[in-house]
Amino acid sequence: MSAFVQYLVSGIAVGCGFALLASGLVAIHRVTRVVNFAQGMFAVVGGMTAGSLLSSGLPHGAAEAAAVLVAGAVGLAVGFAATGKRGTSPQSALIVTLGLGFLAYAVEIMIWGDNPRSHPGLGGSVVLFGAHVQKQSFLVIGVAAAVFALLGLFFGRTYTGKALTACASNPYAARAVGIDVVRMGLLAFALGGMLGGLGGVLLTPLQPISYNGDVLLITNGFAAAILGGLDRPGVALAGALTLGVAESMVAGYGAASYQTVVALVLMLTIMMVRASRRTALQEEAAR
Amino acid sequence: MTAPVVEVSGLVVRYGTATALDRVALTVGAGEPVALIGPNGAGKTSLVNAVMGVLRPVAGRARVRGRAALVPEGRQMFDDLTVEDNLALGAWRRRRERGARDTARVYEVLPRLAALRDRRAGSLSGGEQQMVAFGRALMADPDVLVVDELSLGLAPLVTADLAEHLRALNTGRGLAILLIEQNARLALDLCTRGYVLEAGRIRAEGTAAELAAGSAVADAYLGGAASPEREEGA
Repeated sequence: MSAFVQYLVSGIAVGCGFALLASGLVAIHRVTRVVNFAQGMFAVVGGMTAGSLLSSGLPHGAAEAAAVLVAGAVGLAVGFAATGKRGTSPQSALIVTLGLGFLAYAVEIMIWGDNPRSHPGLGGSVVLFGAHVQKQSFLVIGVAAAVFALLGLFFGRTYTGKALTACASNPYAARAVGIDVVRMGLLAFALGGMLGGLGGVLLTPLQPISYNGDVLLITNGFAAAILGGLDRPGVALAGALTLGVAESMVAGYGAASYQTVVALVLMLTIMMVRASRRTALQEEAAR
Repeated sequence: MTAPVVEVSGLVVRYGTATALDRVALTVGAGEPVALIGPNGAGKTSLVNAVMGVLRPVAGRARVRGRAALVPEGRQMFDDLTVEDNLALGAWRRRRERGARDTARVYEVLPRLAALRDRRAGSLSGGEQQMVAFGRALMADPDVLVVDELSLGLAPLVTADLAEHLRALNTGRGLAILLIEQNARLALDLCTRGYVLEAGRIRAEGTAAELAAGSAVADAYLGGAASPEREEGA
């Protein structure tokens, strides 16, 4: 029982990290239709920057907040490179984000080296149903819950949030009422950068991160986001939590090396089912 | 004479090698209702997009003095947002003005929208959506309303109702209107002057009466005997 609780809570925490990453993917895709393959890089930049700032003596809180802002700035830069030129197709932008993700490897190795790095989070553990659960796990869950609530308020209550939703819903009508869709896309990239960065900042104390750790993160984030067709943040959150818990159980009761396979199998299955459904619908429509 | 609110001159729009608009010129005076009639593929929506600044022409210019607001073809709702949010976003260009997002004045002009304010725009009927599109455009506090295909996909009774609203906005509030329509009878009934656009060129222009009486327009768009009917209906 105690092991199960431990795996469950740590799985939910890791799932929350994936959810932050996935929500960044969804925010960017909804507004720009671009699948941002640099999303995992934002998490690496966030996690690594937080570690460096803490090492340089910046206190907790300020270091993490600054790292999230740095990741947001990187997101904005990626968005500008990928979508800043009007008329760039989402497919071309996707390739740009993929290229920038690889380019980032070189920059990250130059700055932080090629060894996995971590930084201290919230130390200690609490006993829950006989299981020792790291306090950092509860911090991740709490912060992610607060961020999702804030995102809900932002998109549901603010004029800018509604304008972002309008761009996602109908870009032509958005342009017709005067909304600058390209600028809104850049805002979505900055938001995606901050969400990815926050995921990295929160997860790094639980799982050391290296320059190429983005592959694992983007695989899980994408698997969660694709559940909702990259457009539904609520479904992405549910998908991320399911993935986090499933991987934690696989690692706990089976072997840690299989945990990524869970995400890959889930992602491939969803994509195959969606593709076959689409083909069936297209055949139906063609009749 | 005051300067026109919309002044299009020598407008050329191309998509690759295809020419959508070829040296198009038209004007809409302050408070004037003007029709632009043309069949599918004539270049009407390209002209709308150039006037609204969504599309950059290869040559010529489309100048708007004041503010233009668009009622787009196919209504183009923000489906996931409520009617209230759709209306509020219509004021995006004026977002820094105090009270710009106040939708109350639109509900005064289009009272039926008040009952729909919390409904998702995507769940409304075509006529209701067209009403929302009108309200959203009015939120921009425009000097000219550009209406792209008022009647498209709507039942005749719904279209007639919307046309009355449009007439009231023009005569009651002095709002200039550029009505882009395939339904020439409707357009010439609502407007005092018009243009006929075919294959990217202005083929005819004149007062509504002149256009309705002209054989080219009557034969192509009014079934050959529209002028007397129009005059009877007017």
